[in-house]
Amino acid sequence: MTAKKKIDLSNMTSVIALLALCVIISIAEPAFRTVGNMINILQQVTVIAVIALGVNIVIFTGGIDISVGSMVGFTGIVMGKIIVEQGMSPVIGVAAALVIGVLCGTFNGIMIAKFKLQPMIATLAMMSMARGAALTLADGQTITGYSDGFRWIGVGEIGGTKIPVQILFMLLFYILVFYLMRYRKFGRYIYSIGGNEEATRLSGINVDKYKIMAYSISGLGAAIASVILVAKLNSAQSTAGLDYEMDAIASCVIGGTSLLGGFGSVWGTFVGAVIMIVIRNGLNLLNVSSNLQKLVIGVVILLAVLADSVRHRTDK
Amino acid sequence: MKVLAGVNTNYEGRIIYKGEEIAARSVEEQRERGVSIIFQEMNLLKNLTVAENMFLGRQPVTRTGMIDWKKMNRDARRLLDSIHSDISEKALVSSLSVGQMQMVEIAKALSFESSIIIMDEPTSALTEKEVQALFDIIGKLKQDNVAIVYISHRLEEIMKIGDRLTIFRDGKYIATVNVADITMDQMVSMMVGREMTDYYPKVNVASGEKLLEVKHMKQGKRLKNLSFYARGGEITGFYGLMGAGRTELMRAVFGADSYDSGEIYIKGKRQYMKSCEQAKRLGLALLTEDRKNQGLILEFDLNRNISLANMDTAMTAFGFDGIKENENNQRLADAMNVKTPSLKQKAKNLSGGNQQKVVICKWLNADADIIIFDEPTRGIDVGAKAEIYKIMNQLKEQGKAVIMVSSELTECMGVSDRIYVMHEGEMTGIIEGEDMKHITEELIVGFATGTKKTKGVNDHDSEKED
Repeated sequence: MTAKKKIDLSNMTSVIALLALCVIISIAEPAFRTVGNMINILQQVTVIAVIALGVNIVIFTGGIDISVGSMVGFTGIVMGKIIVEQGMSPVIGVAAALVIGVLCGTFNGIMIAKFKLQPMIATLAMMSMARGAALTLADGQTITGYSDGFRWIGVGEIGGTKIPVQILFMLLFYILVFYLMRYRKFGRYIYSIGGNEEATRLSGINVDKYKIMAYSISGLGAAIASVILVAKLNSAQSTAGLDYEMDAIASCVIGGTSLLGGFGSVWGTFVGAVIMIVIRNGLNLLNVSSNLQKLVIGVVILLAVLADSVRHRTDK
Repeated sequence: MKVLAGVNTNYEGRIIYKGEEIAARSVEEQRERGVSIIFQEMNLLKNLTVAENMFLGRQPVTRTGMIDWKKMNRDARRLLDSIHSDISEKALVSSLSVGQMQMVEIAKALSFESSIIIMDEPTSALTEKEVQALFDIIGKLKQDNVAIVYISHRLEEIMKIGDRLTIFRDGKYIATVNVADITMDQMVSMMVGREMTDYYPKVNVASGEKLLEVKHMKQGKRLKNLSFYARGGEITGFYGLMGAGRTELMRAVFGADSYDSGEIYIKGKRQYMKSCEQAKRLGLALLTEDRKNQGLILEFDLNRNISLANMDTAMTAFGFDGIKENENNQRLADAMNVKTPSLKQKAKNLSGGNQQKVVICKWLNADADIIIFDEPTRGIDVGAKAEIYKIMNQLKEQGKAVIMVSSELTECMGVSDRIYVMHEGEMTGIIEGEDMKHITEELIVGFATGTKKTKGVNDHDSEKED
């Protein structure tokens, strides 16, 4: 069996799991089926799905990025300061957020590729630094009061329909990454690094460059998610994005990405994120406490990893 | 053999051991019965000592249940002494050379007091001296009534120590004969399934210009002021024992490792090699000794492996094109005679010889014209070996500079147009031109062991040094 077919297959299993999940929840709680709830789910998915895709590129290389949650908080606060407190154009604010996200990610990448730090440790440091910077900058304040134009990013609807605009931004990011991964050298090299970093380097590929780019894109994903989040909530908080890295990594795993690197798909990540949110949404509708929800999500992650491990074993 | 040792437990057929039928269910069970195997790939834990490795999982204990270190080290020493090995039982395995690790594996197998010992290519990484020691041990074991199953691609070894010989080809049984009744040529023809008239075919091509020249390469204690060159249309051989620094030299030239000082000239132009990427751009290719870990991405299909070094052959204006990639790669794979049902096959499912051909395809796809083969035929069967030689000759005919690092003396002598011999990081011998005609094994081994030196090898170096 080929690598490509295997990915397709794992995609299908997560899609089937998602459909089964929807059917079960619909039967248990009819309110799940309403259009309103579906749009609600989509709105909740965007932020996690965008972060997860960035993180997933890092995971494809065999690395990990746990700093994305903190970067959401940090970039949001910087953007809030620029737009609300400095009164500058939202365009500048958004641009600054994206640039800072990319820079934080690039910093991670340089630490990992050039200074050979463990990805977990390097991004753990960034997780703490970015959160600390956000808390210091915000100084306990929540930055609110944005123009309608800016808020459109988070709450706007596509002309006449009820489909949220943020979905478009998410799709744009997904299509861009999909193109990079599937049709540019970038994608091949990213997967190859995860498959065998040494062999890739000895094939004359600038491994360090591509690893750094992976972390940069992960930072960019966090920044895009942050813009959507601030626009949606009409507020920037220093604690925004707390624990999002866990949801993002869980989405990747549920979507069929191997944490060993080398395998996984772009759209699988999206399906993984949707499964996460659907489970949460369903449990909410069924009045399950958020404490218990954590436990359920944990079990789902475990099952997804087990399924991946079993698949790899039967493959041998 | 994996079936016999209890590694692969999914098999058909019957195993008769000491007159009764048994089922091989696990390695431990087979070991209890007295069947142990020494694998070609080392199965040692690098962060443990030699003694710990030998008694892993069955360490002797004191009455209080603590590990009896003294007894363990003593027993390990005794076993190592019995094979005349001077490896310290307390040394960490990570500090040993590949050859030494092999000796530890052998000592470990002896410790099980097995009645059958299976050795899978035990000498592929040993020096001549170690090989001789191993043969002595095998002779002794034979006297102790131990059955030895000795798997080898090296026919000379079979002639030397074998009593009875069974030949397999492509997973099929071919013949079992007494070694005394057969010649090496007959063996070869049974293995390849056809008569091989010329095992090392040599093609005569007019030599081209110096495509690669290296001067005064130094790297710590491993490379001591090495100079060499390689011409287009020639196969330049590098012979030496394990640890002579040949691999290190090639890696430095290819930009995979840094070096302290030295000059590299590609097509006459001085280059400062900083990365493999740069080396590739300049037309260099390195086919590493360790195909599985450094040459291929085993979990990926052949298309992805072949395209890795140069994706441009699969790109259109809009981006990557899978059909174009497959067509281009198929052409290369056909030219190299890669045996696979499709390029969608994973690299790990191919035999060693075919994997090597895939790596060659990868570099041909990248348009390399200085191609360094590091032990290109290690661990591949005779038929595939002959094909690799043919490919090297083809590359030579195309005017490419082929560099071959080899530890097999006959191969090195048979294939190369010029030979450099290295010993402990130094260049001890250069054989070229007329000298190639009266070259002897003794001479080369003399260079490789450092007992002889070509006059003037380092003369032009020392002038500058002083």
